[in-house]
Amino acid sequence: MDIFLQQIINGLVLGSIYALVALGYTMVYGILGLINFAHGDIVMVGALTALSVIAGLAGGAVPAPLILALALFAAILVCVALGVSIERVAYRPLRRAPRLAPLITAIGVSILIQYTAALIWSKQYIALPEIIRPSQFTLAGASFTDLQLFIFVLACGVMAGLLWFLRHTRLGKAMRASEQSPDVAGLMGIDVNRVIAFTFLLGSALGAVAGLMVVLYYGIGHYFMGFMLGLKAFTAAVLGGIGKVNGAVLGGLLLGLIESLASGYIGDLTGGVLGSNYRDIFAFLVLVVVLVFRPSGLIGERAADRA
Amino acid sequence: MNRTRYLATGLLLVAALLMQGCGKEEPPKPAPKAEAPPPPPATVVKIGSAAPITGPQAHIGVDIRNGTQLAVDDINAAGLTIDGKKIKLELVSEDDEANPTKATTVAQKLVDSKVVAVVGHFNSGASIPASKIYSDAGIPQISPSSTNPKYTQQGFKTTFRVVANDDQQGPVGAKFALEKLKPKTIAVIDDSTAYGQGLADTFEATAKAGGAKIVAREHTTDKDTDFKAILTKIKGRKPELIFFGGIDPQAGPMAKQMVELGIKAKFMGGDGMQAQNFIKLAGNAAEGAMASMPGLPKDQMPGGAKFLEKFKARFNAEVELYAPMGYDAVFVLVEAMKRANSTDPARFLSEIGKTDYKGVIGPIAFDDKGDLRNGPITIYVVKDGKWETLEVVTPGGPPAAAAAEAAKAAEPVKK
Repeated sequence: MDIFLQQIINGLVLGSIYALVALGYTMVYGILGLINFAHGDIVMVGALTALSVIAGLAGGAVPAPLILALALFAAILVCVALGVSIERVAYRPLRRAPRLAPLITAIGVSILIQYTAALIWSKQYIALPEIIRPSQFTLAGASFTDLQLFIFVLACGVMAGLLWFLRHTRLGKAMRASEQSPDVAGLMGIDVNRVIAFTFLLGSALGAVAGLMVVLYYGIGHYFMGFMLGLKAFTAAVLGGIGKVNGAVLGGLLLGLIESLASGYIGDLTGGVLGSNYRDIFAFLVLVVVLVFRPSGLIGERAADRA
Repeated sequence: MNRTRYLATGLLLVAALLMQGCGKEEPPKPAPKAEAPPPPPATVVKIGSAAPITGPQAHIGVDIRNGTQLAVDDINAAGLTIDGKKIKLELVSEDDEANPTKATTVAQKLVDSKVVAVVGHFNSGASIPASKIYSDAGIPQISPSSTNPKYTQQGFKTTFRVVANDDQQGPVGAKFALEKLKPKTIAVIDDSTAYGQGLADTFEATAKAGGAKIVAREHTTDKDTDFKAILTKIKGRKPELIFFGGIDPQAGPMAKQMVELGIKAKFMGGDGMQAQNFIKLAGNAAEGAMASMPGLPKDQMPGGAKFLEKFKARFNAEVELYAPMGYDAVFVLVEAMKRANSTDPARFLSEIGKTDYKGVIGPIAFDDKGDLRNGPITIYVVKDGKWETLEVVTPGGPPAAAAAEAAKAAEPVKK
């Protein structure tokens, strides 16, 4: 039982990280109908920026919490600048172009960011200097750290904050209006360009937070780390219903749980025929099944025709 | 609107061009020596070097390339004359990115640039597909580090290695573990690569034969960083030892996550884990981890101390892992050329098999498959943040024999 509980905890934490990244995908998709493939790489840039700041300040006179705050600040700054300029330079000129064009551009931007990062940070794995030691807790035989708990609470908190923001603030309402019909929103006096830029700003800032969490949790960074993470987070967003903020978190947590439980039990359930290396296949299988029965994801509404 | 669009496109293009320019610079060619080359009438003979120069395993690849470069420099400095002609060796270094597909491209490139022999590749997964291309071209290939047994078992006349293979390394590791750590239960993880899986398989087989119980066999990939799920499963089986067949970018975080999950089992791996980087990535969790490594410890190699000094002076870097093997491989090739009195691979290939050379790593001789005869294997342990020598084992030597007896004694216990 303690092992099962441990797998659930593993899954929830992994899922929270997916969820944090998935929020960035889902927000942009909600407004632009664009899958921003570069988002995973923005997370990577955030992670590596934070890593550099921590590595630069660790061991000095600066106290650890201040280092973390500075790392978070630097990561958010870099990611927001990157995200907003990507939108301005690469996506805005293509807003009225056929849908395929921005999609391919997104993939191109993703590759551009990856290899620029490889030039800046080299292609090596970078280790995080140990500046904080997460304290360990034990619950019914399963152990977890305060960092894990924090990541989980953070993902849920960010989701709640976003939902509130979208429902109750002026800007949030403007975002929802732009989502429903950019043209009509423009006629109502909403500056759609600014709203979209703000969406990228918010998504990139969340990406920076996710990046810092990944670095703190795994203690390792790499220029290619955004690719798989982005793919998984995108899957999570689709699973939950892309365009829906709560869908992204639900999808992320579910995907994390599926992966964790599949790694843990798939070998026993199939009598050793399928090993833990099949966990990704299992995760994508669940996605396919969900999409067959609910094409717009678990809590997505039937997608309205946007074209 | 139009102008901004042009501006944007232009910016992107400039960025793309910049990237490409930088990308081209990337494969770091060995720094050309500042001194003018010796007077012209020397025939240039090219030797290829193939290893991952970029990517997560670059530190090991660069190490190998530097080792071969040092050998080429030493031979050129001493002067080499074959068949009455002055010979100048030239190293052609290629980056295979530890990628099997790229390895075949690189192999073809080396063949096309008319190298007479290749020192490489680093990864078994790269050496094996590339060996077909070298074999077709009749070019000898000496791998300094590929330990997967399959590499020399394909029936090619051109494949050699100056390192013990996993058929030796896995069992030696397992025998050492059974004898010294006496675990009753073992969990085995591999990284799904040719190297990791091969090593884990031979370890598992020997450990099983020796009477230990394999309570879990798990797989990850060579790109993963989250091992919590499989480690949790392993924790439930309560092994006394966890063996990992893979390399340090995974082994490091794995060791860390074991501590986080409160797993008390000992951690052991193969040569891919025995790198400084493992300790850097694992932090305090590295303490007590063990790894087997083909070859003698650097400082116990017959030519070790002198080599380390020379290497440091030339590259201002410590020897990471396989530089001495790369160094010796070049000398093995040159010795064969001398005996055949030719730099034509068709003529000196048959001489490589007859090698009897005293290298930095010890005596080098090949068996009929091209494997190193009696390659010693060293077990290391992390102590106070450093790899320290624990024991040197020679396959077929006394400790292994003792383990075999122990295995026999334990036989009836097995079901």
